[in-house]
Amino acid sequence: MTAPLKSGAATGPRTGGPWRRRVRSRTRLRGGAPLPLLVPALIGLVFLVLPLLALLVRAPWSSMPELLTSDEVWQALRLSLICATAATAVSMVIGVPLAWLLARVEFPGRGLVRALVTLPLVLPPVVGGVALLMALGRNGVVGQWLDSWFGITLPFTTTGVILAEAFVAMPFLVISVEGTLRAADPRYEEAATTLGASRFTAFRRVTLPLIAPGIAAGAVLAWARALGEFGATITFAGNFPGRTQTMPLAVYLALQSDPQAAVALSLVLLAVSIAVLAGLRDRWMTTS
Amino acid sequence: MTRCARWTGRTRRMLRLTGAGAAALLALSACSSSDGDSGGGSGASSAGGPDKPSGTVNVFAAASLTESFTKLGKDFEERHPGTEVVFNFGGSDSLAAGITSGAPADVFASASPRTMKVVTDADAAAGTPATFVRNRLEIATPPGNPDKIASLKDLTGDDLKVVLCDRTVPCGAAAQKALTAADLKLTPVSYEEDVKSALNKVVLKEADAAVVYRTDVQAAGDKVEGVEFPESADAVNDYPITLLKDAPNADAGRAFIELVRSAEGRQVLTEAGFTAP
Repeated sequence: MTAPLKSGAATGPRTGGPWRRRVRSRTRLRGGAPLPLLVPALIGLVFLVLPLLALLVRAPWSSMPELLTSDEVWQALRLSLICATAATAVSMVIGVPLAWLLARVEFPGRGLVRALVTLPLVLPPVVGGVALLMALGRNGVVGQWLDSWFGITLPFTTTGVILAEAFVAMPFLVISVEGTLRAADPRYEEAATTLGASRFTAFRRVTLPLIAPGIAAGAVLAWARALGEFGATITFAGNFPGRTQTMPLAVYLALQSDPQAAVALSLVLLAVSIAVLAGLRDRWMTTS
Repeated sequence: MTRCARWTGRTRRMLRLTGAGAAALLALSACSSSDGDSGGGSGASSAGGPDKPSGTVNVFAAASLTESFTKLGKDFEERHPGTEVVFNFGGSDSLAAGITSGAPADVFASASPRTMKVVTDADAAAGTPATFVRNRLEIATPPGNPDKIASLKDLTGDDLKVVLCDRTVPCGAAAQKALTAADLKLTPVSYEEDVKSALNKVVLKEADAAVVYRTDVQAAGDKVEGVEFPESADAVNDYPITLLKDAPNADAGRAFIELVRSAEGRQVLTEAGFTAP
């Protein structure tokens, strides 16, 4: 673990060296944290963790085994994991180039485009779902052509779930990657192009390795957001067990009839996401 | 409004960062949410004699009562000057949960006896709830009924996209009851979370049909067309109404219930598509 880090200063950007060196050279704070920072920090931590602890305290532990062995829960959980992962993949394929465009290419109206990209963050997800219906629904602006030309209808399908989640989650990835790109030194890319690499080769061989931690962080954020997505999903894709009923939808509907079951289901979702995120952090993100 | 001004001031810095569009939206949403908060917390004053209702009446009512109760609320305020009827429309389940956890309400009108039972079980109702209207199911289709749906059985066709309410909400439970009574097996494309979103799928033409309440079809006007079906008689939904025990303004609440159950109230409710109990 430490050996490649030490040689980081000597290796070029191809192996992803410079950012590692920068992280390493950060000086550690000496002494304790000052009170004006420590107190709000602890309040912040308690504020975030307390509701989760309350869930744990009030969880119906006795009926947990029964819930965990029910097919519907597994079905919803599996669908959630598949859809969130697919939505993250979609976001990476189209979101990373978008972030690159925003960070590296000067064009008129860039500020406006950047604001538009972040719109799904402020849009209530249910409205996002209605907007998706109006765009890609069977009767939507684009959707009616998809239907009449290719026979493709997206609402009420698993693909619809993935699209709804990607719509809501992609801005997280774009913002994160764009930030990393802006912080990354463009001179490495310039050097690569000076040495004869095309701009795409420079992106692929220099920029991508350089911003890998940012992409990873953004992907994790997007994945987590997609996993918990509710409003856009239920509006655009509906709710059908095994096809479009993800865990958050199952939790919401359980809440109507059996709040205890809803708490238990939420805990399952929480446990799985913590396991995945913690696992990923160890593997990819220790240096970011 | 002062809160709004403060918010926009704070977001001005963000304006430069994220661009005008996003920041304007942020400010807008901040405004509307804080306005919503201040609306709910107005306390009811219960001054005045027992025979003359005055002050604010807080009515918690099922979402399907929105149109008719809003009209009755206006009538009530005209008839009793000095009163104000404040409605909280929502899913009966969440309203019941609000009441049992101490929300300041005078009257609760629910869309199902089951949700009313949550309130009576918690000993939060004053007296026994009375059924004031009934609601029947109907099939909602896009205008002109393009798929020529004439019965519940027609919905079981393979190439039709039908949406139902989820079994956990009253309209879904009722639809299931009607289907069982008719001995039909129907696989919808989606079990929607409430009746309005089931209806909206038809309004947006994403679904070919939905099983919803007659009142919802009526309220949607010419955006959907209703098809009655005889099996709906097996799944009639009773709407109970009651005064609440901890009502801050019991006199006015009682007067409002009287209006709802009067001939005039009945007329408004039948016009909206409800049937008399």
